[in-house]
Amino acid sequence: MFVVLAAIGVAVAALPLVGVAARTPWSRTVGLLTSETALEALRLSFVVATAAAVISLVTGFPLAWILARSSFRGKTVVRAIVVLPLVMPPVVAGVALLAVFGRRGIVGSWLDAVAGVQITFTTGAAVLAAAFVSFPLAVLALEAGLRGLDERLDDAAATLGASRWYVLRRVTVPLLGPQIAAAVVLAWARALGEFGATITFAGNLRGRTQTLPLAVFEQLQSDTDAAFAMSMLLIAVAFSVILALRGRFLR
Amino acid sequence: MTGAGLAVDVVVRRGSFEVVAAFEAAAGETVALLGPNGAGKSSVLSTIAGLVPPVSGEIRLDGHALDGADVHVPPERRPIGVVFQDLLLLPHLSAVENVAFPLRARGVPRAEARSSSAALLERLDVGARAAALPRDLSGGEAQRVALARALVSEPRLLLLDEPLSALDVGARAAVRDLLQAELRRFPGVRVIVTHDPVEAMTLADRLVVLEAGRVTQIGTPHEIRDAPRSPYAADLVGLNAFRGAVERLDDGAGRLRTDGGDVVVPWPDVEVGAVILGLLRPADVTLSAERPTGSARNVLSGRVTSVAIDGDRARVRLASDPPVVAEVTIGSVERLRIEEGRELWASFKAVEVRTIPL
Repeated sequence: MFVVLAAIGVAVAALPLVGVAARTPWSRTVGLLTSETALEALRLSFVVATAAAVISLVTGFPLAWILARSSFRGKTVVRAIVVLPLVMPPVVAGVALLAVFGRRGIVGSWLDAVAGVQITFTTGAAVLAAAFVSFPLAVLALEAGLRGLDERLDDAAATLGASRWYVLRRVTVPLLGPQIAAAVVLAWARALGEFGATITFAGNLRGRTQTLPLAVFEQLQSDTDAAFAMSMLLIAVAFSVILALRGRFLR
Repeated sequence: MTGAGLAVDVVVRRGSFEVVAAFEAAAGETVALLGPNGAGKSSVLSTIAGLVPPVSGEIRLDGHALDGADVHVPPERRPIGVVFQDLLLLPHLSAVENVAFPLRARGVPRAEARSSSAALLERLDVGARAAALPRDLSGGEAQRVALARALVSEPRLLLLDEPLSALDVGARAAVRDLLQAELRRFPGVRVIVTHDPVEAMTLADRLVVLEAGRVTQIGTPHEIRDAPRSPYAADLVGLNAFRGAVERLDDGAGRLRTDGGDVVVPWPDVEVGAVILGLLRPADVTLSAERPTGSARNVLSGRVTSVAIDGDRARVRLASDPPVVAEVTIGSVERLRIEEGRELWASFKAVEVRTIPL
């Protein structure tokens, strides 16, 4: 019985993959993926996911460092707030971003009035949406890595004349290399797949905010073959990410 | 202190426990902080290194305040070299890169830092292991690399935390000799933390005995061996120690009331009721199978709890009231059939007990 349930679990996970593979028009895949729509979505996805991963790393590292190394009142609350976007429905994340950065949002209205800048429905909005949902993954991965480092190595380095900045560059970051790579890959993969927050906050504008998942959604209503080809590509990318992180998930 | 050297007078908090430490060390002098585990030795060392600011007090090095009322020089700006108990070599850097680290952190160009580090490793007999990562070094090699790393920036103050404790017996003697030679050529102040009296007495010019967060004695190894001022220090130098208040007997002698029982001692020139330490050489204790009939004023009995044989002498520990250690010949061990659990009598003359007012 136990084994049967496990087998059903594997089937539930595997069957859709098989389904997509079966529906993918393999002979025309190259053509479908090099259409103007697909190429634009690919390029945009790459730009958005990479920008989001970089933002997640740069802002996530100091936060992870503080969460791992210091103790202060309300730390659990801070961590809960940071993790929230990970669990929140992405469409709600999009609504939340609209409420802040939309034309009538608290920050958005100010930006509009002061600088005449509108964020919504720009590539920047797509980046912001992707970063919002991938940032918690980066923080969690980095915090776990920092906790695994012997803090007294920082002490030792300080007695050797190293400033905090020098310790960070020459001790912490090199020792944390694999965890930093994992955090970036996780954040990048999460950003690449982002749909709900993006379509809510950034819209679905070809060449500006239409990333690969949004293109799949749109093509499904007009060119099913293209939708399946792009889906297959996203599955392949996701699988590569798992392989790249095999040290973390496949052991 | 006005000249070159270290002056420590601090209160350090470690959890709920406070360590009060005051001592001085001149340049060219080796001072050992000696005490049992948990006495607060390493906490004091961390504070001197700048890692844990003191609760109050002052640390001065060569006349400059490192810690004080409004002063706290961070560790990276102190002219110090530290060898940590577990070394804390940087695991991603080779031996020579570890040694070069303090120079690189101070802006010395890479080539120059590497060549002087390699030369220092050579001097410490690990030149051949310069390219090895810390995880591939033996205990003795890692210890030498850590020492080289502490020395390379030519600090004014060298701090060593249990420098030999991580080594196995085989490596220890060689590293101790090397350490002794390096300490001698180091021109600044050297402070060693240790719980090992042999290490302290062989490496240090002066000992600071630290017990339960308080300094109980400061002196040269000779002074401490000659007149330990606490039961712990007496035990370190192999003496019996009885600590308690003294009362006067009718015949002019004194009775020292310890927690474990009474001992008759010569009357010390103190007020009645003063707390004193009575010291007794184990060789002055006589063991016998029957109750002794001689003139000894102190006669105790108890079971043997341990017998340690060293050459042709044996140290016999007796669970009497108070407990005593006797040093007897191997011949006596055989004649009295001394073994653990055997009931024996111990006796010693009152005049053999040397009293030290506390």
